[in-house]
Amino acid sequence: MTKRVLLIEDEPNIIEAISFILSRDGWEVATHSNGHDAMDAVRRRSPDLVILDVMLPGKSGFEILRELRDDPETDGLPVLMLTARGQNKDREMAEKAGASRFMTKPFSNSDVIEAVRDLVAG
Amino acid sequence: MATLNVLVAVCLAYVAFLFAVAFAAERAALRGRTNWLRSPIVYTLSLSIYCTAWTFYGAVGYAARSGLEYLTIYIGPSLVMFGWWWILRKLVRIGRSQRITSIADLISSRYGKSNLLAVGVTLLAVIGTTPYIALQLQSVTLSFEVFADVQSGGEEIAGQGSNALLVALGLTLFTIIFGTRNLDVNERHHGVVMAIAVEAVVKLFALLAVGVFVVWGIGGGFASTLERIDASEIGMWQMSGDRWASLIFLSAAAFLCLPRMFQVMVVENEDEGHLRTASWAFPAYLMVMSLFVVPIAVVGLELLPTGSNPDLFVLTLPLATGNEGLAMLSFLGGFSSATSMVIVAALALATMVSNHIVMPIWLSANGSGVQMSGDVRNVVIMARRVSIGAVVGLGYLYYQFSGGGTALASIGLISFAGVAQFLPVLLGGIFWRGATRPGAFTGLTVGFLVWAYSLLLPSFGTGAMLSEQIMTAGPFGIGWLRPQAFFGIEGLDPLVHAIFWSISLNTFAFVAVSLITFPSPLERLQGAQFVNVFEHSQGPRSWSGSVGQSEDLMIMAQRIIGAREAQALFEREAQRQGVSGFLPEPSPDFLHALERELSGSVGAATAHAMIGQIVGGASVSVEDLMAVADETAQMMEYSSQLEAKSEEQARTARQLRQANEKLTQISVQKDNFLSQVSHELRTPMTSIRAFSEILRDSDKLSEAEKVKYSSIIHDEAVRLTRLLDDLLDLSVLENGQVNLNVQKGMLSDLLDHAVATALTGSGIDSLKVTRRRASEAVALHTDLERLSQVFINLIANAQKYCDADQPELTIEVGRTDETLVIDFIDNGAGITKEEQAVIFEKFSRVGAQKAKGAGLGLAICREVMARLDGSVQYLPGQGGAAFRVTLPDRVALAAE
Amino acid sequence: MARQKAIFVERRSYRRRRMIDGLRLLPFVGLFLWFVPLLWTDAGPDGVSTADAIIFIFGIWVSLVAATAFLTRRALGEDDNPPTGDL
Repeated sequence: MTKRVLLIEDEPNIIEAISFILSRDGWEVATHSNGHDAMDAVRRRSPDLVILDVMLPGKSGFEILRELRDDPETDGLPVLMLTARGQNKDREMAEKAGASRFMTKPFSNSDVIEAVRDLVAG
Repeated sequence: MATLNVLVAVCLAYVAFLFAVAFAAERAALRGRTNWLRSPIVYTLSLSIYCTAWTFYGAVGYAARSGLEYLTIYIGPSLVMFGWWWILRKLVRIGRSQRITSIADLISSRYGKSNLLAVGVTLLAVIGTTPYIALQLQSVTLSFEVFADVQSGGEEIAGQGSNALLVALGLTLFTIIFGTRNLDVNERHHGVVMAIAVEAVVKLFALLAVGVFVVWGIGGGFASTLERIDASEIGMWQMSGDRWASLIFLSAAAFLCLPRMFQVMVVENEDEGHLRTASWAFPAYLMVMSLFVVPIAVVGLELLPTGSNPDLFVLTLPLATGNEGLAMLSFLGGFSSATSMVIVAALALATMVSNHIVMPIWLSANGSGVQMSGDVRNVVIMARRVSIGAVVGLGYLYYQFSGGGTALASIGLISFAGVAQFLPVLLGGIFWRGATRPGAFTGLTVGFLVWAYSLLLPSFGTGAMLSEQIMTAGPFGIGWLRPQAFFGIEGLDPLVHAIFWSISLNTFAFVAVSLITFPSPLERLQGAQFVNVFEHSQGPRSWSGSVGQSEDLMIMAQRIIGAREAQALFEREAQRQGVSGFLPEPSPDFLHALERELSGSVGAATAHAMIGQIVGGASVSVEDLMAVADETAQMMEYSSQLEAKSEEQARTARQLRQANEKLTQISVQKDNFLSQVSHELRTPMTSIRAFSEILRDSDKLSEAEKVKYSSIIHDEAVRLTRLLDDLLDLSVLENGQVNLNVQKGMLSDLLDHAVATALTGSGIDSLKVTRRRASEAVALHTDLERLSQVFINLIANAQKYCDADQPELTIEVGRTDETLVIDFIDNGAGITKEEQAVIFEKFSRVGAQKAKGAGLGLAICREVMARLDGSVQYLPGQGGAAFRVTLPDRVALAAE
Repeated sequence: MARQKAIFVERRSYRRRRMIDGLRLLPFVGLFLWFVPLLWTDAGPDGVSTADAIIFIFGIWVSLVAATAFLTRRALGEDDNPPTGDL
């Protein structure tokens, strides 16, 4: 059974890159590119994993994560946070908000695949 | 049989005992055990120096001659003590709070720390006291003679004068030893006070013993003694009312004004509470002292041969009845009375002479070298010692030259009348703020002249000082100036006449001159301090110094009050100010406290002068300030100083807070900026890395995919480069390191170039640009490349963000008074008010979707325009997004 | 109770004030009494004998000493804290 990944990211080239490497690894990748209705997208698609960018137009990734964790339907959903601001503060905030894994851009493709596999398997 | 030798032996033993007492008291005081030394009883007994040999021996003689009149001498002081709440309480408080060292110091301090006044008072005190000291020496000599006469059967003893000399030397020695042992800042002498307290007991006991012996031993009991009194020469009340009243007044005045009384009452006072006990105990002492005077006089007149000196009845009565032990006790009582008076008087006068005459002369002789020359402390002590010797010596000389005759007998009251001249100035000083220095000076001068002319000079006998002619006809034949009949009023008792005129003319002159003169600021301050001593015991704030003077002050203070004391004082103050070490800021408060400490050693005027030498003329400006302020205003000024100080502190705190906020803000901005830069750099790098890995790791990519991914890598690399260029550009612009490349060119050409560059690579219809070429015919003289950069940015922004269906940009060029205006207006939705506020900030981007830029464009534009002395602003209310670029007129040359 | 206590304190300080008034007045009383001899006729058969005069003057003296001691004690207490201001 194919696992579904929802990628919430606003940079088109990054969407394209992640979509490519994950689908090649056998995942079903859905994308969403703004913060406003990211929650709706998660509920609609009910993915096995969410890859969430921190800086999104409309709503920050941290807020979305908090809402996900507050919702009993999604509070156990594995979330991989991506950020382009390589500061420890962001890592701490992500952990506090309940991120399952945190990655700093730029990342290596294999690391992403490995992280996604780990999260879904665990 | 008592021989003269036994008497001498007893006398020497007694003197040795007094030395021992004084020494023990000093030792105890040094060890800090001052409780028993300083009981109210000791204070009360020390006041008994009022009762000198003149009262011990003389009161009986006085009673034998004039009946009960002698009582006035005791009634006056008793009334002063009963009324302690009025005057003494205030004097003592002032003395303590101002560290007064003598009556001269008090008067000088009250009237603006005037040394001239202090010198005057000192001289007058010396003139008034010297005969009195002579009188004491005479009484000791006379009492010796009595014993000698008894022993030798009336033969003249050779060298009686040497007795007086020996006594004078002994007293000088005692006073020097115990009066100048240490230069106490409080000017208190435990040894001296203890010794005179002991002497007070001895003389009271002696007189009581003689009295009891006379009343019950000879007189046959109380009732029969009263009968004897009534039967005697003085059996009837014979008293002129004028003398009774005048003498009560005179003795009360003298009690307050005598330098020696001031010394024990105010200067040596340890505790204001002692006054409460003394207020009734001392009158009781006086009462007991005077109780047996009349019986002794009456019995003496009865029993002793006519012609016997009634002044010596106290001695001769026991001797005549064979009670030599009692006589010896009586002699010791008289000796005590004489010595205690001389000791304290010498001490008080020496303090005045050294503080107000010797020290100022020494200081002015040494000029500004207070800090440079030797130990001032030693100078002060030496001055004190020499002064003591001089004062006692003067008394001895007076005794020698006056021949020890009866002229001395009347000197007691004359001396009283002399020092009573201080009274108006003293009372005026502590009760009337309007009293001024010229008033005090005039009053004292007039009083003393009248006293000398009407009482002192005639006392030497007609023809001795004033000729017969003057006495009877007045000077130069002016009748109303006759010494004993001023204004032609005759028939008054000479003493009453002198007291009446000297005190009233003194008071009149003092009040009148005070009314018409104006006090100096310092005087007004001191006046307020003295008169209102119970309201506030704060000193006048007359000094202001600067740091660095502290050390000089310390050096000086060490020399005057001693190294240890000075260091402790300075350290304490430094601690109070929160400064470590020994050198506090010379704040006005501290300088004033220091001045008071020093004035305890050298007097107010001298201390003021010494500090003035070091701190400089700073006091003058403060004085000037004070001139406009009475003491209420002074208080207000002080509190407003405090307010100003706290305002200043609040201001500083505010500035600090602002600076802190700014720093925090800058720090936050820096963090944000770095975080933004990081984000902007990492985002393209993420794509580049991801796709290059894809290209590297996957072999099954189609050619189209390869091309696509490679071009993404290329685009992102370009984006990175542009970002870095922008950042660099911005950094250069912000740091002001940009070099302008000023050229001449036409605005229209510049716009052509900008539009072409901005729209390169996009579709022809992507943005329609509307221009009015006629208005663009402006020649520019500026950095054309930079200006073009701004134009390109604005046009590109319009192209990127204009959301109209048919995007259109209008470029309008206009001129206001002194500026060239270029507006870029599109037909889009425009920018919201909130966004307008931030569009020129770094990394701010408008709109939901990400555009290619990093959000540095407008920030760069703003910096560039600032460098070109122009500006770029958002122009609201144009229908779409509108930016206005302005340039100063001077860069826009006329088209022609 | 508090009210009563307040009254008590007031009354006490009122007493003290009156005692100090007495202290202030005392020297004038003394002066007045000691000036009585001014009214006495000088000598002669109607004159006052010295013995009587002595008893009168010393009587005043003793009374004043006693009055001052009493008033001082009552006004200021026996503690060592004399009031600082004019009451």
